[in-house]
Amino acid sequence: MRPDIIVIGGGTVGAAVAYGLALRREKVLLLDGDDGEFRAARANFGLVWLQGKGLGMPAYQALTRDSIARWSGFRAALETGTGIDLCYRRDGGLVFCFGEEGLEGRRLELTRLHNQYAEGEPDWEMLDRSSLERLVPKIAFGPNISGASFGRRDGHCNPLRLLAALHGGILRHGGRIRHKASVERIGTAGRDFQLFLNGETLTVPRIVIAAGLGSPALARQVGLEVPVQPERGQVLVTERLAPFLPLPASGLRQTEEGTVMIGATKDRSGFDVSTTTQASAWLSRKTVDIVPALASARLVRHWAGLRIMTPDGYPIYTQSESHPGAFVALCHSGVTLAAFHAEALAEAIAAGSLPDTLSSFHQSRFDVSQAA
Amino acid sequence: MFRKLHDPGPAAVTVHIDGQPVIAEAGESVAAVLLRQAEGWSRTTPVSKSRRAPYCMMGVCFECLVEIDGYGSVQGCLTPVRDGMRIVRQQGRRSLSA
Repeated sequence: MRPDIIVIGGGTVGAAVAYGLALRREKVLLLDGDDGEFRAARANFGLVWLQGKGLGMPAYQALTRDSIARWSGFRAALETGTGIDLCYRRDGGLVFCFGEEGLEGRRLELTRLHNQYAEGEPDWEMLDRSSLERLVPKIAFGPNISGASFGRRDGHCNPLRLLAALHGGILRHGGRIRHKASVERIGTAGRDFQLFLNGETLTVPRIVIAAGLGSPALARQVGLEVPVQPERGQVLVTERLAPFLPLPASGLRQTEEGTVMIGATKDRSGFDVSTTTQASAWLSRKTVDIVPALASARLVRHWAGLRIMTPDGYPIYTQSESHPGAFVALCHSGVTLAAFHAEALAEAIAAGSLPDTLSSFHQSRFDVSQAA
Repeated sequence: MFRKLHDPGPAAVTVHIDGQPVIAEAGESVAAVLLRQAEGWSRTTPVSKSRRAPYCMMGVCFECLVEIDGYGSVQGCLTPVRDGMRIVRQQGRRSLSA
């Protein structure tokens, strides 16, 4: 099979786009890197999340809403096609607040976000401590917890199963995947692209660069400057515990299997995925402040991953003007946005042009000349 | 399956396994004492609830996790017995309050 389109990057973003293209009967080839690379998809926390996102960027809030609205259908098709249970639940999500000022600050922040989007009724509410205790009766909260914000559209899934299912879905719909396939250089031959890897050359009319932190070097070769920086996040995981937390919370979620995931730190340390005791201490302390009984839980893992961060933290979706047929798709929230990537974005790429609704996500917003 | 080859004599201590008093020898591991019991298992797994017994005896396999004096998921093979120690076989996932 000679591919119609090659997606460079086999993480959650690239795999979702490739899955969507395969569903649309494109002959798609997905090129995945090797295990030595920074794989954000395998360090993910697993939230499918809306509340609190998109301050100052209503288009991002709209995009996130769009993807979450698609998630159930996307999930059903993917699970039916692959037999993999994604463990997706959308029963709402919590952000815990400390002290009265914490609760009030959170209310103001979500109100500001709601006003920026300005459509419909709020899909969140503030819970005082007693309402929170009624909602999650198995938890005895720490003394400083004043309540939480509750987002109705929030949920979570198993991000590793999502990735495996996307890969499975690509194969099932006639696409192909190559592993240990790192693209070293992109050239052109007439209107086609030539991808050079391991002494081999692949020729293809269209490409999608979704290579996470490896994207800038590739995008530059098709005339696109995409500024991304690694942001390290560290996560702790406990032993499996009997179910006590029925809803995911920002930074605390209990998986289907019973482990508790505790996240996440944010720091800029370049391309460094080592873990630090400073982070484990901070994460542990903050968690025990919320749920004191977790002090007796055993930690079984601690890992670090690198987020793919643009200067404003929002995605980049773009097609090269100098090299038509070359697309870039980059973002930090690959799990939440997976349904959008597999449906609307794949549809647009298959059609050959990105819609105006995505113009807010063009990388030209970072050009210096626009900053004035 | 296993039995003690010698009488611990003055080194004998009493520990409690699921509330039952058991004679052990100071210095031996909780896992060794568990293996000597008629029911040699240490825990049931969090997912399938199948029984597990001490296996590697050197801190690697985590099959011997038990509750010791109120602390959950302690490796029995790395914990020497003490007189009066209370050992509880773990059943599936632990509860947060335990």
